[in-house]
Amino acid sequence: MTPDIAAILALDGIATGAIYVLMALGFVLIFAVTRVVFVPFGDIAAFTALTLAALELGRLPGTVGLVIGLAVLATLMELYSILRAGSYERIPRALLFYLVLPVAIAGLVWITSGTLWPMPFRIALALLLILPVAPLLDRIVYRPIADASVLLLLTVSVALHFALVGLGLLFFGPDGARTESLTDAMFMLGNIPISGQTILIVVAAAIFCGLLYLFFDFTLLGKALHATALNRTGARLMGIRPERSGTIAYLAGSVLAGVSGILIAPVNTIFYDSGFLLGLKAFVGAIIGGLISFPVTAIGSIFVGLLESFASFQSSAFKEVIVFSVLIPVLLWRSYTFQHTEEDMDE
Amino acid sequence: MSRLQLRLVAIAAVLLVAAAPLFLDPFSVTLANYIGIYALVALGLVLITGVGGMVSFGQASFMGIAAYSTAWASALMDYSPWFGLLLALVLTGLVATILGAVTLRLQGHFLSLSTIAWGLAIYFLFGNVDGLGHFNGIPSIPPITIGSFALISSERIYYLIWAVLIAAMLLSHNLLNSREGRAMRALRGGDAMVESVGVNAFRIKLITFVISALLAALSGWLYAHMGRFVSPTPFDVTRGIEYLMMAMVGGSGYLLGAVVGAALITLLKDWVQDFLPLVAPNAAGQLEIVVFSALFILFLQYARDGIVPFVAKFLPQVRRERPRAVEPLPRRTQPEPGQTLLKVDNAKRAFGGLMAVNDVSFEVRSGEILGLIGPNGAGKSTMFNLITGALPATGGKVVFTSSDITNEPQRLIARAGVARTFQHVKLRPKMTLLDNVLLGTYARTQSGFFKGALGLDRAEEEQARHEAMMQLERVGLGDRPFELAGNLPLGNQRILEIARALAADPILLVLDEPAAGLRRQEKLALAKLLRSLRDDENLTILLVEHDMEFVMGLVNRIVVMEFGSKISEGEPSTVRNDARVQEAYLGGVA
Repeated sequence: MTPDIAAILALDGIATGAIYVLMALGFVLIFAVTRVVFVPFGDIAAFTALTLAALELGRLPGTVGLVIGLAVLATLMELYSILRAGSYERIPRALLFYLVLPVAIAGLVWITSGTLWPMPFRIALALLLILPVAPLLDRIVYRPIADASVLLLLTVSVALHFALVGLGLLFFGPDGARTESLTDAMFMLGNIPISGQTILIVVAAAIFCGLLYLFFDFTLLGKALHATALNRTGARLMGIRPERSGTIAYLAGSVLAGVSGILIAPVNTIFYDSGFLLGLKAFVGAIIGGLISFPVTAIGSIFVGLLESFASFQSSAFKEVIVFSVLIPVLLWRSYTFQHTEEDMDE
Repeated sequence: MSRLQLRLVAIAAVLLVAAAPLFLDPFSVTLANYIGIYALVALGLVLITGVGGMVSFGQASFMGIAAYSTAWASALMDYSPWFGLLLALVLTGLVATILGAVTLRLQGHFLSLSTIAWGLAIYFLFGNVDGLGHFNGIPSIPPITIGSFALISSERIYYLIWAVLIAAMLLSHNLLNSREGRAMRALRGGDAMVESVGVNAFRIKLITFVISALLAALSGWLYAHMGRFVSPTPFDVTRGIEYLMMAMVGGSGYLLGAVVGAALITLLKDWVQDFLPLVAPNAAGQLEIVVFSALFILFLQYARDGIVPFVAKFLPQVRRERPRAVEPLPRRTQPEPGQTLLKVDNAKRAFGGLMAVNDVSFEVRSGEILGLIGPNGAGKSTMFNLITGALPATGGKVVFTSSDITNEPQRLIARAGVARTFQHVKLRPKMTLLDNVLLGTYARTQSGFFKGALGLDRAEEEQARHEAMMQLERVGLGDRPFELAGNLPLGNQRILEIARALAADPILLVLDEPAAGLRRQEKLALAKLLRSLRDDENLTILLVEHDMEFVMGLVNRIVVMEFGSKISEGEPSTVRNDARVQEAYLGGVA
């Protein structure tokens, strides 16, 4: 390996790593607030990429059907629980958030499909369309068991992931897609070429990390989320509704998943089931951060990206094996730095 | 239902299994073979998930390691399938040990997540390693032979599969009712309590995890030699969650749940595969996984316990016999009264900048009851945690029976003869009173996993049960030993914790607010019990308590703490008249 190749691999790794950073931050965010290890995160990123690809071809993306289906299901469940509780005054609000808004977005995409819009508009449309997916899944799948143990929630997540893979095949078909590059710019650093795409990815990741930091440290809503993450009961006593914090976490997660999907779409060919592997690699990053620390997670994810890039150069058949094997030393290190709390396991 | 009747039912079930091939058509026999193979994997999941409270999505990959080991050994290297079995067990056990060793000290979800990642890695490994047939797999695996009898047809291997399954269930059943099995069942709900009775929780978790992997390995070995072909697909993560689904739907807390779940899911799958193409001819494949995942999510949301416990509610209960009187377990000799038993020397503990315990020194002498009192936040419970090893000390020394126990692990301090109760009661609410107290005998008994599984521990087990029953009777809870601990009122739960501590035959009994939540009569009874433990058995007791009347009438000496420091020490009458103590409790004298 020459220094030049190493530099190219490193750049490539940092770009991939930056995408993993976005996804891993999403994991940590959702886990911290809701205790759900949101395995379907990668699937949502892949669905965003496929949505964008469909819009590019002027086709109606399968996501429209998915969103409408989820919205109807979530609305029915919400109405049922409202009717049982007898609090009818909540009906209009529930209809607005669970039915009208998601269906309006889906409708917008439906009406505009067929016309080829400029790229920024397509991207905005794809992001908008993917936005309701995670909160709706939260309402349908996790809300009824919000107080269950972390392990049960994780099991549900894994099952949900497989359901989404099946639905993905149904809605998007078996073909992979790759979108147009976001930019064709190319720079030279010495004799190492740097694509504009790479720079865009890294910059986008940095911007979103910054936004997340500002959100958590400088807004009341962010602080409410932080409070829910630290202590649900305590937060509830302070008038913060954990359900609402959860919805916001899922919305923020959706944005992160969507952005990472859009960033990766021009770089890799994405299939309906590509999300799992992407998500799991981001997971390795999140585990390096102990599913708690945002900065360590970011460093860990970049590390995973670099590792993957160099591993695929050395032996592309075994790159997944190499990436996942790195979990073993990481976990070993984690288990000796882990501080036990007295009540560290739930019944 | 008596035990005899239960045995008869079990024998009838075994006979039914043995006769099944005589009246089943070949396709059903094949289906039954798959059920048996899947049930073995699910049985491992019952042990680890239902009993031990850890979730593994990677059982399919353990199965895969075993299947590939035996395929490589028998199809490619021409060794006997029995050598393949040995290789399969060794390799799977090794992998499970490594994976468990790095994850089991962490919270549960780290194990689960790593089993997913590991499952994927293994899948790619099988598909890419040269010499293992890549994604095409390894064909023409020879059948298992017993002597010169080859298990070629599905009727023949049926008997091997079900014999292995039934044996595995019997061994697991024995194990769960043994000393180590009780520790396994107690894992759910945190390590603090199990460590306090001398159990190495990490070791138990690791062994449980390895056992479940070995069951998957057995299943993988059978699978490879039944289908005579292996490829990576049956061992990917999707299958891993299918096995979890089997165990949970059947009832993951019950051994029988594994078989019921495996049978139900296998038959359901078979039916869905016939049915879905009729409804949706073009999308049957995709729909199958959606339908199963959705069903599993619904199940997890609304009926988590599974089928077996649901059905069991309608069946007659098995009558349990009270423990018989046998020769008691050997006891320690208590030290002569009046010696220094425990010496706390300048103990310190900081939480960040807060000194919860600051330079506290005191002694506990054998045969006395020492009360540790102080206002809320004085650092009493932290002091207790330093003595019992639940928290590491920031500085200072704790010496027990002339050996330094500072920062020793909890379980070793427990084994040295310190038994404790908790301020927030730590019992296993879904275990019986007797089982909860039996946990206390863990450090006094020896039977390991093998003895337990093979039923060679019965004599010792009888002794332990007798001991536990005696302690239950002594604290006044002897009338309903098979009641679930969670059904007791809080006061009695505290008393039950004392019985558990006594079952450990301690030298020093450490009680954290034993009288909290007790009514007056119960407090009097407790004081009487503690007094008789001291006077009749020379037991040394250290207790934290807020009820002054209770403390003053009971203890020999008192140590008073305030804001992490010791402010007074002496006999109750001296302490009562100490100006600093009065100030701490009542405020300054104006």
